[in-house]
Parts: sequence; structure tokens; C-alpha cells
Amino acid sequence: MSTAYLLQKLTRALLTIWIIVTFVFFILRLSGDPAMQVLGPDVETETLEAFREAWGLNKPLWTQYLVYLGNIFQGDLGVSYLDGRDAFEVVAERFPKTVSLMLVTAVVTFAIGIPAGIYSALHRNTFIDRFTMTVSVMGFSAPNFFLGILLILLFSVTWRMLPTGGSETAWHYVMPVITMATAEAAVFARFTRSAMLDVLNQPYIRTAIAKGLPWSKVVREHALPNAAIPTVTITGFFVGTLIAGGVITENVFSWPGVGRLFVDSVANRDLAVVQVIVFLIACSMVTTNLIIDLAYGWLDPRIRDLRAEN
Amino acid sequence: MAENTRIEPTGAAPADRPKDDSRKHLSRFFERFPPLVIMAGLWLLAMIVIAILATQLAPYDYAAMDLYSRLQPPIWLEGGKWNHLFGTDDLGRDVLSRLIFSIRMSLLVAFLGTIIGAVLGTSVGFMAAHFRGVVDDFVMMCIDFQASLPFMVIALAVLAFFGNSLFLFIALMGIYGWERYARITRGLALSASTHGYAVAVSTLGATPLRIYGRHILPNISSALIVNMTLNFPGTVLMETSLSFLGLGIQPPLTSLGNMLGFGRDYLTTAWWIAVLPGMTIFFATLAMCLLGDWVRDRLDPTLK
Repeated sequence: MSTAYLLQKLTRALLTIWIIVTFVFFILRLSGDPAMQVLGPDVETETLEAFREAWGLNKPLWTQYLVYLGNIFQGDLGVSYLDGRDAFEVVAERFPKTVSLMLVTAVVTFAIGIPAGIYSALHRNTFIDRFTMTVSVMGFSAPNFFLGILLILLFSVTWRMLPTGGSETAWHYVMPVITMATAEAAVFARFTRSAMLDVLNQPYIRTAIAKGLPWSKVVREHALPNAAIPTVTITGFFVGTLIAGGVITENVFSWPGVGRLFVDSVANRDLAVVQVIVFLIACSMVTTNLIIDLAYGWLDPRIRDLRAEN
Repeated sequence: MAENTRIEPTGAAPADRPKDDSRKHLSRFFERFPPLVIMAGLWLLAMIVIAILATQLAPYDYAAMDLYSRLQPPIWLEGGKWNHLFGTDDLGRDVLSRLIFSIRMSLLVAFLGTIIGAVLGTSVGFMAAHFRGVVDDFVMMCIDFQASLPFMVIALAVLAFFGNSLFLFIALMGIYGWERYARITRGLALSASTHGYAVAVSTLGATPLRIYGRHILPNISSALIVNMTLNFPGTVLMETSLSFLGLGIQPPLTSLGNMLGFGRDYLTTAWWIAVLPGMTIFFATLAMCLLGDWVRDRLDPTLK
């Protein structure tokens, strides 16, 4: 992999983060006076002025923006208006819960979605294939908030088997993970199936069969590695939907993670915390896409060789 | 099959042809329109009719309260009465009427959002293809930006800080998905402008507006329609999700998502308030996905 290619990708990633940071700053500042929003409409003028002075809100927008950018470079992401703590700290303490939920969901998604897709492709047009695909269509058209509520209704309200909210024990993970993983596994199953079918139609598979390889070997050594390549590309999309799904799911199950903090901060207009969360989401998305771009080039020998030639 | 029948000489048809033909027609009809797709279409049609005739169909006003019959169960449960078929909510409002008006609101928002997104994305895509250079770079930058963040995150940030006017919310739904139209239009327009027909009309002196509007647009419309049908369920889900979080459609207006959001507080005592709108959303998105897949299979030339 050439250095120029790496540099180009990196510049693009940094540019995207910069655009996002700028977008968030201007959206949040142009949308109204934070002093008024935090202190309410019937506060005295002196208090308002003091608040603006304290947070630098009385300076021109451009100055505020430059100060903001400078602070980000120094790792200072502002202070929560609500409780006066470092905004990054407020978000960071919620971070482990969200990440653990996402990791468990990712494992469940891969463990169900990918084998289901492979099996469907290998048994195309059988009953099991059609059944899997029907379930998968239903899986990704079921809104996750409704799925979550149905689960609560069945497992908590009716059968009293699982807790409705919180995150203390392993049992608390069951319903949120099902809620999030259903749609994801459905997407993975469909995508893996079509990637696998594409590969199975390739001439090299015919060649492999023609030279007398056993079918299991054809699948294991020729079909699966090739089908894995396009599946890597939807991982970026996967991280995005995990984040969006996490926001909803954490709210349905009162999960003490970043997603719930996000909606709460939005409702309370806690600018700094919202900025930090958007910034972190942007960074993780951009990093994921960067890694996928690089991994894609590395995994696919055709692209790898093409780049080597150039 | 079609070619076979065409080259057959007339009059050579076997005696049992008519009966066989009708059966063949029927099976061919179901091949073209699978039963599931027909059901999905009927369900969507019913929803559209409900949305249009909401004021005529709803037995009550969606905001009318009847505090004496709060949390009354639907008719098929014990304690249900005929005056409120689907029961009532915590304020004694008729769930059926609210459902009907919610369908209208959710469909309207999704429909307007889809139209705005399609028009915006297509025009921006054409502009990028026409002006190239800086304009193209800027458009691509915006596309990259939107694709780099889950739209839910962008929408939450914008909505909460600008407040929740209905107008802004619909505009946001329009912004959701514009980048896919823009990307498709830009790519197709770039390749179309090198085709003979576009070069021909431009040599004849047609204005760019005419070339793009009258000549290129009809040629790329099937790809755009496919994207529209695939995007529509996403828009419905986005609207209902945001309304569910309490950041979309605001009371006293009602949408399927916000009914579900409020209904979840009554899961233990009155599950129907949340489950009925939830089922409606689920079947609607399911129908749209099935129909969207079908439309894509039929219209997308790259799949043939």
C-alpha cells in the first residue's frame, strides 16, 4: 500500500471530522441563545450577561469558533451547562456501558446473520432459504422501538422473566441485544446470501467443480473467502446503524449509556455534551470507514495488485 | 416463451388451447405479481385511503377526551365496549380515531419528506454534473458529510436545538436520503451527457434545463423511482423513531411514533395504546419493503 494512498485517505478522514465539528458548532450556536435556553426566559439581565461572559458567548461567532477549535486541539471539549463538569468526562463515564452493549450485539449479529446467509445461499430456493429470507425481511422492517416494547410486554409484563431496564446483570442484556441484533442480523443474512450467490456464479467456482474438488472444499476454499470481501464493506454501515439503533434501544430499556445521555442532553439543551457526543460518533464512524477502506484494499488481492502496479 | 408463441403460425393452436391459456395467464399473472406483493399493495392502498378519508372515517376527533372512560380496553378484550372499538388511552381519547389520524400524519410526513428529498437530491445531482469543478467538489463533500454520520444523530442535534416545528421536521425528513438521489443522479447524468442523444439536443441549441429536464431525467427516472421506493420505509421509520423519542411530531398533533412513545408508559395496564400503532408501523414498513424489492427487481436494469 502506497504512502500517497494512505495520506489521501487520512486527509479525507480529517477533513470530514473538521466539517462535522464545524457543522455542529454553527447549528448549535445559530439555533438560539444558549444563555436564554439554560437560564429560562424570566431571568435578570445581569445574570444573563454574567452567564454569557463566563461561557464566552458575548464574543463574535468567529472568535467563539476559533476558540472552540483551539480547545478541541488541546483536548478541551467544553463543560456541561447542566452540572458544570467536564463534558467529555460526563460522556466518558457512560461509554463502557454503550460499548459493551454494542459488542455483545455485534457478536450476536455476526453469529446469526452470516451463517444464515451462507446457508441460504448454499440451499437456494429451498424452503429454509425462503423462510430465512422472509424472517429477514420482517426483521429489518420491524421498528426497533416497537420490537423492544413487545419484548418488554411479553418477557417483563406478562411472564415476569426479565428486567425492563437497567444494566446490572447479564439478564439485563438479553432484551436490548435482541432488539438491536434482529434488524442487523437480518441485513447481514441478506447481504451475505447475495454476496455468496454472486461468488457461486463465478467461472472460477465452475472451474473448481470441474477439476473435481469436493463441494465442501469448493465452498470453504473458493467461495467463502471471496464472499467475505464485499461483506466487509457493510461493516461501516453496520457501525452507523448500531449507533442509531443504540440511541433508541437505550431509551426503551433505560440503559445508562451514551445514547440515553444524548437524548437527555438534547432535551435539556446541554450544548457541550451534545457536541462531545456528535464529535465522538463522527470520529468513530470516520475511523471505521478508514479502517474498512484500508482493509478492503488489503483483503482483495485484485485491488492489492492493482495498487502495487501503480 | 413469448417468442415461441409469436412464431407459431395462426390457426395451428391445439383444441385445448383456451383453457390451458387461461391457466397459464393466471400463473403468469402470479409470477409477475406474487400474492405477497399484492397483499402488500392492498395494505398500502388501504392506508392511503384511510389517510385521505381520515376525517370521514374517524368516529371521534383525535383530541376529544372522555375522562369517564379512560383506559377502556378494545372490543375483543373483557370490558371492551362498542363505543370505542380499539379502546381508549389515558385521557379517554379514542385509540381508533387517533390511529387513523396518526396514519395520515405519518404518511403525509414521509410522503412530503420523500418528495423533498427526491427533488432536492436530483437537482443537486444535476448541478454537480453540469457545473463540475468546485460545485461538484462541494456537493461531494456534503454527500460525504451526510454519509459519515447516522442521520438519526444529525436529526437529533438539529431538532433539539432549533425546536420542534412541524415545518422544520418535514424539511429534515426531506434532507434524510437526499444524498442518495444526488449521487445516483450525478453519476447517471455524467454518463448520459456523453451519450449521443444528449450531445445531439445540446448541439441543436437546447438549454441545459431542457436537456436535463426533458431528455436526461426521463432516461434515469427508473433508477430514481427504485431509490424512492427503497427510501420511503426508511423515512417512515425515521419519523416514527424521532416521534417515539419525543423529538418529532409534537402533541397535540399525533403520529404513529408519538402514540407508541406515550403508550409505552401504560404497558402494564393498557398495552393496546402502544401495540396497535406499533403493529401499524410494522406492517406498513414490511409492505413497503416487499413492494420496494419488487419494484427494484422489475425496474432496475442492472439486475437483469
